[in-house]
Amino acid sequence: MIRPDAELLLEISDLHASVEDQPILKGVNLQVRAGEIHAVMGRNGSGKSTLSKVLAGHPAYRVTAGSVRYRGRDLFELEPEERARLGVFLGFQYPVEIPGVSNLEFLRVATNARRQSRELDELDTFEFEDHVREKLQVVQMDPAFLERSVNEGFSGGEKKRNEILQMALLEPVVAILDETDSGLDIDALRIVAAGVNQLAGPDNATLLITHYQRLLDEITPDYVHVMAAGRILRTGGRELALELEQTGYDWVDRELAAQGVA
Amino acid sequence: MSRTVLAPVQQRGREALARMGLPTRREEAWRLTDLKRLEALSRLPLSATPAPTAWPAPAPEVLRLVLDGVGDPLEGVSLPEGVRVLQPAELEQALGHTLDRCACAADWPVEFNHASARQVLALGIRGAVPPLELVMAGGDGLTATRVLLLLEEKAELELLQVCPGAGATAHSHLLEVHLGQEATLRHGLIACADGNPSLLAHCAVEQEPRSSYAFSSVVKGWSFARLEPRVVQVDGAASTTLRGLAVTSEDQQLASHSAVRFDGPDGGLDQLHKCLAGGRSHAIFNGAIQVPREAQRTDAAQLSRNLLVSDRARIDTKPELEIVADDVRCAHGATVSQLQDDELFYLQSRGIAAAAAAALLLRGYCQEVVDQLPAAASVWQVMDGLLAEVTS
Repeated sequence: MIRPDAELLLEISDLHASVEDQPILKGVNLQVRAGEIHAVMGRNGSGKSTLSKVLAGHPAYRVTAGSVRYRGRDLFELEPEERARLGVFLGFQYPVEIPGVSNLEFLRVATNARRQSRELDELDTFEFEDHVREKLQVVQMDPAFLERSVNEGFSGGEKKRNEILQMALLEPVVAILDETDSGLDIDALRIVAAGVNQLAGPDNATLLITHYQRLLDEITPDYVHVMAAGRILRTGGRELALELEQTGYDWVDRELAAQGVA
Repeated sequence: MSRTVLAPVQQRGREALARMGLPTRREEAWRLTDLKRLEALSRLPLSATPAPTAWPAPAPEVLRLVLDGVGDPLEGVSLPEGVRVLQPAELEQALGHTLDRCACAADWPVEFNHASARQVLALGIRGAVPPLELVMAGGDGLTATRVLLLLEEKAELELLQVCPGAGATAHSHLLEVHLGQEATLRHGLIACADGNPSLLAHCAVEQEPRSSYAFSSVVKGWSFARLEPRVVQVDGAASTTLRGLAVTSEDQQLASHSAVRFDGPDGGLDQLHKCLAGGRSHAIFNGAIQVPREAQRTDAAQLSRNLLVSDRARIDTKPELEIVADDVRCAHGATVSQLQDDELFYLQSRGIAAAAAAALLLRGYCQEVVDQLPAAASVWQVMDGLLAEVTS
C-alpha cells in the first residue's frame, strides 16, 4: 500500500559495503515507507543478500560509505541486537542450527527482548506458551518444533516457517526476508507467503529479497527493484517482476555494459 | 567394613607406589600432565573428618549413601529389595577382577587408590532396583573411596556418583562394576567442585554380552583432575555409551582418558566427549578404542567436540584407535573451535545481547551432556554455576 505521507521507515543512501575487503555494495539508494512491500530481485552475486546482512548488522560486512537511517536514527550506530529490539527483522536465507538451545526458550528470550523495548510486560514461561501457540497458526507449524533445539534437524521448509514464526512473535517494523522462498515446495511457499501477508500492515514494511517471480504471485509488492553489480539498476511496479520472468536478466548485462560497469 | 579384605590390597598398593614412584612425562599416558599437581595430591594426608552435609535432599525413591572415607556408608541404612552387601568370600573373589580384565590394575591412579582406601562398599544387585546415589566427599585432606558393584543377569540400576569437591582437598575414587548378561546400568558422575581441589576418578566396567552401559560425566572446577573410564566387553555383543563434559577455567588442568576394548564380536560404542576451556586452562581428552581380531562386526563411533572460549586456554584431543579386526565400523572425529560468529549473529539479530547470546550458546553446548545424566541428578542443579567461572 503506497501512501506518500506515510512514515519513512528506512532511508538507504549511497550505501557501499565490503566483505573481506571485496566491495559488494556500490551505491544503493532505497526509501521504504510504512505500509509498503518492496521486492529486491537480481541474479546471484548482485548484492541482494549482502544488503540484507548489512541492514541487520552482520559483523563480517563492513560499511565503507553511505548511510542508512531507520525511523530517523543512524542504523549503523546500533548493535545488531539493538536494531532487532527496535523492530528491524532479518529472515535468514539459511537459518542457523543451534544444538542444545531449546527453540521455545530462544523464542521467549527474543520475544521478551523486543517487548521490553516496546515497554510491554515480559511474558513468563506459561504466558509465553499460550502466546506462541496462537502465533503457530500463522505458519501452521506443529507445536512439537517448540520442544526441539533451534532449527536442529528441521527441513528447509520447517526452518523457513520457524523464521516467519519469529517474525510473528517479534512484530517487526521493517522485515527483511532474504530468499525466504528458496528451498520451499509450493505448499510450504503458500503457507509462508500467507504468513507474511497476514503480518504486513499499514504500520510496517516488508523487504522481500528473491530470485523468482513465484513468491510475488503470492505476495504482491508495491515496488520491484532489480539489483546488479551492487546497485539498484531499475525500479518499477509489480509488472517489472513479470517482465523479468519473461525476458530474464540479459538486459541487465547490456545496461551495465552501456554504463561501463561490466 | 571389609577391612580384612582391604589390608593386603592396601599393602600391595603401597609397595607398588614405592616401586613405581610418580609417573613421568616420558610415559605417553602422562605426557601432558602437570605432575607437580599430581605430586601435591599424593602428599595430602587421608581425611579424618566426616563431610559437611549441606546437600540438597535426594530425589524421591533415590537411595543416597555418603562415602567420606571415615564413616560407614551403610550405617542406619536399610537396603531396598534386590540390593545386598557382598559376603566376604564373594568380595575376596570379585575385588580387582574387573581391574584385571580392563588391564588397569597396575595403573598409577588405581595403585594410589589401593594404597589409600580404607574401606570398600561392595553391593550385589538383582532385578530392577531403585536409583542409587553415592555422594563422595570427605571433610579435609584426601578422600579415597572404593566401590564394587556386581549386577546380576538382567539387573537394572541407575547410579549417580556425586563428588562435590571443595577447597584444598583431594579425591581418589575407584569404581569397579561387573555387568552380567542383559544387565543395564545408567551411570552418571557429577564432579563439580569449588576452590580448586584435585581429583583422580577411575571407573572400570566389565560387560557380559547383551548388557548395556551408559556413562555420562560432568566435571568442572578442579585445579587438577583426571578421569579414567575403562570398559571391556568381555565377549562383545554389548552396548556402551559414553558422554563426557569437562569445563575448565583459570589455570585448571582436566584430563579424560577413556579406554574401551571389545574382546568379542558385535559390540557397540557411542562416545561423545566435550571440553569447554576458558581462562588459561588446559583440557585433555584421550580416547582409546581397541578392536582385536576376535571383535568382528564391532560398531564404534567416537566424537570429541571442543570449544575454546579464551585465547590462552588449551585443548589437546587424541583418538587412539587400534583396529585389528577387518569387518568393523569405527568412526571418529575431533573438532576444536570457538563460538561460531553465525550462531552469535543469529541470536543477536533476534534482540539477544552478545554476552547473553554467548551464554545461551555455551549452555546449549553443555546441555547435550547434562541431559543424559540419570534422573537423580535433577536435585543437584548441575547447570547452575557450571559456566560461572568460564564466562567471567
